[in-house]
Amino acid sequence: MKVARWPAAFAAAFAAFVTLAAFARTLPAQQQDTTVRRQQRMLDSLAAALAAIQARLDSAAARPAEPPQAAPAQPPSGSYMNIGFVTLVDGGTSTEQDVPSIELGDHDPVVRGFTMPNSELSLDGAVDPYFKGFANIVYKIGERGETELELEEAYALTTSLPKNLQVKFGQYLTDFGRHNTQHPHAWAFVDLPLVLGQMFGRDGLRSQGVRLSWLAPTPWYTEAMVTVANSTNETTFSFRADESFQIHGGVPVDRPVQSFEDMLVVPRIATSFDITDTQTLVLGTSAAFGPNNSGFSARTQIYGVDGYWKWKSARASQGFPFVSLQGEALSRRYVAEQRLAIDDPAVTLPADTIWDSGSYLQGLWGIRPRIVAGLRGDWVRPATEAAFVSPQRLDRFRLSPNFTWYPTEFSKLRLQYNYDNRSIFGTDHSLWVQFEFLLGAHAAHKF
Amino acid sequence: MKHNRMVTIASIALVALSGMGAVANDKLRVVATTPDLASIAREIGGDAIDVVALAKPTEDAHFVDAKPSHIVTLNRADVLIEGGAELELGWLPPLLESARNTKIAPGAPGRIVASQGIRMLEIPTSFDRSKGDVHSRGNPHFLTDPMNAKIVAANIADHLAQVDPDKAAVFKANLTKFDAAVDAKLTQWQQQLTPFSGAKIVTYHKDFPYFAERFHIEIVENLEPKPGIAPSPAHLAKVIETMKSATAHVIVVQPYQNIRTAETVARQTDAVVLNIPQQPGARKEDTTYVAMMDYMVSTLAHALSGK
Repeated sequence: MKVARWPAAFAAAFAAFVTLAAFARTLPAQQQDTTVRRQQRMLDSLAAALAAIQARLDSAAARPAEPPQAAPAQPPSGSYMNIGFVTLVDGGTSTEQDVPSIELGDHDPVVRGFTMPNSELSLDGAVDPYFKGFANIVYKIGERGETELELEEAYALTTSLPKNLQVKFGQYLTDFGRHNTQHPHAWAFVDLPLVLGQMFGRDGLRSQGVRLSWLAPTPWYTEAMVTVANSTNETTFSFRADESFQIHGGVPVDRPVQSFEDMLVVPRIATSFDITDTQTLVLGTSAAFGPNNSGFSARTQIYGVDGYWKWKSARASQGFPFVSLQGEALSRRYVAEQRLAIDDPAVTLPADTIWDSGSYLQGLWGIRPRIVAGLRGDWVRPATEAAFVSPQRLDRFRLSPNFTWYPTEFSKLRLQYNYDNRSIFGTDHSLWVQFEFLLGAHAAHKF
Repeated sequence: MKHNRMVTIASIALVALSGMGAVANDKLRVVATTPDLASIAREIGGDAIDVVALAKPTEDAHFVDAKPSHIVTLNRADVLIEGGAELELGWLPPLLESARNTKIAPGAPGRIVASQGIRMLEIPTSFDRSKGDVHSRGNPHFLTDPMNAKIVAANIADHLAQVDPDKAAVFKANLTKFDAAVDAKLTQWQQQLTPFSGAKIVTYHKDFPYFAERFHIEIVENLEPKPGIAPSPAHLAKVIETMKSATAHVIVVQPYQNIRTAETVARQTDAVVLNIPQQPGARKEDTTYVAMMDYMVSTLAHALSGK
């Protein structure tokens, strides 16, 4: 059998541990009758002898005679799938009355008062020896109290393809950067980073498609993947989405799929290193290419880089203390064709190449078990002028300090303040409280 | 054009990366989730295997990060040994999804579930998280009973022999050797602790019940009011009262638990706090399972003797 030697990097590195200092504890001297003490010593030695015999008997009895089934197999617990249910409740207020105009995500607070932005039923399990299946069904309550239902994700993942390949198919959060694939439950802040809202719309980049991924045979983690998906959706905002007039200001054209060019293509490569035994770095670069509906041959390209660094104590208790930094920077090139203005069909908007860029950087400090302090900065700005002045395309800076307390892994309470400065509109202040509870299956977290 | 340049850079990077393979040899690559399992695997596999543990000996094995480097480790593993009983539930499943390695798929010879064949303690009669983070399959800290280490060792030997039949005799011989070593040590450990049969101690988390059952020690309280729930002042007051009335003078913690909480309680109860790791390597001089147990038994015996 030929297998490769362990790279030195993976050799178990055992951290030194400070030896316990003296633990001498003196019992109060007891004046006891010597006969009693002699009898006690005799009893002790008899007990020791008995214990030794017992130990030999135990050993003989427990030595597995044949296969090592010393105890009957445990009865299976649970069912054929894991079921979890997580609910977020937001409450708070903002100096901006029209909350959705400043909170760009579909799982963000939408009103002054209370919002139920995400009640998510998650299901997963092995389909058969070849596939694993996942689904996330989201219920949420909108601005006017109406319940909305959304099949956020439903996909299968292969388990046994050769050559380190893996295929994912169905509806899923597309692998672009770090934040886009995370569910609101795993977010470190109450709301979506601005740049993601601006480039991917309220619901993130998410569509029906297929992803091929390859784990490279490098000594460190390197994964290359590419998604091919439908480009028409409200969840493919910068592509053939009905809402894309918010970017280009024109009447969206009804543009059918005529060739592969009309599909959304999202390549990504990610790599990771353990800098030390307690520090890990993940770097990634992604892109998204596809048609947009400002015209019949108009196209959009989005490029992104992302990074994540984390330090966690070698003596972590429940995962604390830790410090992490996460950032992403995105740039979008939106080629708009000559089009009729949506608010005045008598006006024709000229062809434009519209560039936008933005980034966010967030730091988290897990101070002690179950207490996390966070700070995030958000920057977005239009890189080029366009004929259509979009309220979507603003020079904007937001700073969000927050504080999260996790009573257990299954609940959390978060307080967040947003300082929000938009060109034209000025500065807004928002204060949000978020509560979360989780029922059922443990949420296993990706790094 | 920007697009083309990016594709070129990505292609060059990929080609460069894929060229870097590792040196080949014929040892089985064994990955254990925790260092105690890795240590037992080392005893059984000897020179025929390379072993690596995912969790650090000093960290809480319930909360290991699912780092991408672990994906690579698992991708190239011939054998995976997990504790089972939901110990690794929060981090192993996403790693295995990404690792795409059929050799360690559930049910494959290369997948060893250590809890299999163990008589589990504290299996809950109902699933209710108001009682804390209770594992539905019972308490997963079973390796503090040396008899369970023997069962795990036999399980490992059995699977290694299936994966590498040519070396089956080696694994069998190593198992016999390990069993004999544990038997001899168990006699010694029982002698060390027999004088303190029925002694009362307190632990931070419910991680010593198997040890207590084997060596006839009574755990009268835990500093955690419920598994995974941080100690509250009200609960600690109750613990202090219990320790005084039951005359318990020893509090056992592990490296990653809050030793200051334990020391506060100890000051008010004339008790000692013992930092006894359950993972070999947490104390750098104790690199094997037997050395770790040796330290556990002698430290406890010394403290109970009151010397």
